[in-house]
Amino acid sequence: MTEPTMKLGQGETMTAAENPTRTHAMTKAVKPAGGGTRSLANEEICIDVQDFKLFYGEKRALHGINMKIPKKRVTSFIGPSGCGKSTLLRSFNRMNDLVDICRVEGTILFEKANIFDRGVDVTDLRRRVGMVFQKPNPFPKTIYENVAYGLRIQGINKKRVLDERVEWALKGAAIWEEVKDRLNDNALGLSGGQQQRLVIARTIAVEPEVLLLDEPCSALDPISTLKVEELINELKERYTIVIVTHNMQQAARVSDYTAFMYLGDLIEYKDTDTLFTNPSEKKTEDYITGRYG
Amino acid sequence: MNNLRDWYRKGEPWVWLNAGAVAINIVMVVGLLGLIAVRGLGHYWPHAVVDGIYTHPDGSEQRIVGEISDEEWVPASRLRESGAEVPEGQDVVQRILVKTGNRDLTGQDFRWLIADELRNASEPEAVMVIERREWGNYYGYLKQVKEQGTVVASGDTALTELQTRLERALALHEQIRGIETGAIGTINYELEELRLRERSLSLKGALDANAQRELAEERAGLDARYNALHAQLNELYAQIKRDSLVAENMAGVETDIPLERVVQFYQPNAMSLPVKIGFYFHQFWGFLSDEPREANTEGGVFPAIFGTVLMVLLMSIIVTPFGVVAAVYLREYAKQGAMTRIIRIAVNNLAGVPSIVYGVFGLGFFVYFMGGSIDSLFYPEASPAPVFGTPGLMWASITLSLLTLPVVIVATEEGLTRIPKSIREGSLALGATKFETLWKVILPMSSPAMMTGLILAIARAAGEVAPLMLVGVVKLAPTLPLDGNFPFLHLERKFMHLGFHIYDVGFQSPNVEAARPLVYATAFLLVAVIVVLNLSAILIRNRLRERYRELEN
Repeated sequence: MTEPTMKLGQGETMTAAENPTRTHAMTKAVKPAGGGTRSLANEEICIDVQDFKLFYGEKRALHGINMKIPKKRVTSFIGPSGCGKSTLLRSFNRMNDLVDICRVEGTILFEKANIFDRGVDVTDLRRRVGMVFQKPNPFPKTIYENVAYGLRIQGINKKRVLDERVEWALKGAAIWEEVKDRLNDNALGLSGGQQQRLVIARTIAVEPEVLLLDEPCSALDPISTLKVEELINELKERYTIVIVTHNMQQAARVSDYTAFMYLGDLIEYKDTDTLFTNPSEKKTEDYITGRYG
Repeated sequence: MNNLRDWYRKGEPWVWLNAGAVAINIVMVVGLLGLIAVRGLGHYWPHAVVDGIYTHPDGSEQRIVGEISDEEWVPASRLRESGAEVPEGQDVVQRILVKTGNRDLTGQDFRWLIADELRNASEPEAVMVIERREWGNYYGYLKQVKEQGTVVASGDTALTELQTRLERALALHEQIRGIETGAIGTINYELEELRLRERSLSLKGALDANAQRELAEERAGLDARYNALHAQLNELYAQIKRDSLVAENMAGVETDIPLERVVQFYQPNAMSLPVKIGFYFHQFWGFLSDEPREANTEGGVFPAIFGTVLMVLLMSIIVTPFGVVAAVYLREYAKQGAMTRIIRIAVNNLAGVPSIVYGVFGLGFFVYFMGGSIDSLFYPEASPAPVFGTPGLMWASITLSLLTLPVVIVATEEGLTRIPKSIREGSLALGATKFETLWKVILPMSSPAMMTGLILAIARAAGEVAPLMLVGVVKLAPTLPLDGNFPFLHLERKFMHLGFHIYDVGFQSPNVEAARPLVYATAFLLVAVIVVLNLSAILIRNRLRERYRELEN
């Protein structure tokens, strides 16, 4: 897709004003955690994908993916449209189960347990592996009820507990200051960026271990995008984050590790700095330099 | 030439065609409602009463007193054929319809007269219209007021005397009716219950001496109450028979009319405009709130309004849960395939089945089969009289629910399909089960669509007559389906319905001319009732829509 800056078209001042902040965000994000180069070998593994194949009917969408997602890091999936990055992401919390004709082979270990095992409680898996979608999808309820939704599902109905958790989640998603005076307003009255952060708050309210972000900024304007990116940086202290993005700059800004996928194959997967500065595969290089995609 | 082609290519004719179609529709709807409203509502306006001499075709003269309720122009040739003398050179003749009332004396309420032959017509203020409980209106002049057969007032004082005495008679009448339908009605109901209890005990073989004594005691208590009330009634009857009035009709005959038979009297020619307006609303209110009299051609239509509204409400209560549950299963749980497609086709075709077919089905399946089974299982003591095994309010509501079920299913399904996938995924991704998602998010969000289905269902059900004739509607129901006797809502009772009332008054009535305005008025009322029911449903839907406004962007 295009750069968010190009989408805006609300006048020069906006673009001019955001540029410095953007650079700032980038410098902050790219800085490696422990100094020196990152390496997957040193990381604790959260999700381990082993020879994972996925079929839509007869058509194979993923051809034997092998990858290890590190704990408490931001991993991004990039690649052209239709390459299977969203499909792979949606496999982590088994959202693909909702597609009737979808069939999988291979294993995905989440915390060393195969999520496709018979005894796995899907609802529990989805609570532990939260997901934020491309388009903000708040429920047509109040802001408060949106965040409380997942908690109520778990049977938490005590007002005091709910109040506490809702506030905590909204603060965690950096939206508390904007909505604290109108918690009982309809969530659909919020702006797109606020809605997306509300959805993130709703997701972290149930205290998941992993956050899956499926192009979370593609429907947002640059300023909202920036806020969400800053939020991702804060959230990675507590959560394992996997983000799908069409925007390579965004991948470079927010992620520690980047996977490049192409036509259902994982082409290259390594730490973000190396992948962008020194890709070992020809396809990766072509893609990140803009030759296709 | 070019201009014309340009005009055509830009689609101007198309726009005109569309606008024209809309305009024709609006004209038709407004015209229809206007016609019904004018003809129906005009009926209650106090028309002037004329007094004149009419020359019959055979040359004889007759005094005519009555109100002109219609007029028309007819070709002279038609009148000549029927023997009337119409001067040469006159092609059309004006005829007037005069309501002369006094059906008990003259045998006919209305008569068509040739306007030109009515001479010396005046509108005297003294002429009086007396609305009676039987035999329709009386037109004539008040002469005397009597008490126990002796004259107490005549001439000018008669009017005021009549007013006060009529008020007394009306109060007594009200009291009598209150006792007859209220207290005695309750006693009759309890006696019937008692009889059924005795019957059921004897069927079970538990009717021992003890039970018999108890029943006899209760019955004696009820009988005592009844006798007391009966004595009171006799007393009241004697009182109400005290007064009468004497009036002279157009033939010069004096008639004695007991006040117990008089509903009201008025002198339309003496009324000023504000009085007429007040009288108009009084009459119209009477139409809305009274019970029908004289084979439904006089009085009001309250039981019919009540029956219509209650039936529609019951239908809504039955059809909504059924339709919604069916739609949820079809859309959310059933595996989409050939089977669901067939079911959908079947459901859609169900909506096209003629309503009388539903009526026949309702009578055969619900009334005779299910009602009969209920009777033999739960009401053996009432046999051979059926309780539920006869047409009634419940079966009518259920039959109409069946009739409107497809509409609710289709509308709900459409609402469920319109909910964005992202909302479902959002809920599932938070660890909600499918049921929780459905219950907490999807169903509330599709409630406006359900209301739309309900609105369409109401619109269809409220106007339906044909099936109702078979499963529960009657010409005249003795009691409302809702009253003060436990269990208050009597679903097994027969009821009245505005749609059937129109049919009955218009086509089954012995008095065609008197009934015609009532047909219009009742039709107007039926439309109004449906509009009110629909508006309230639309109001609810708009509120829900506001709350569950669909996602923007």
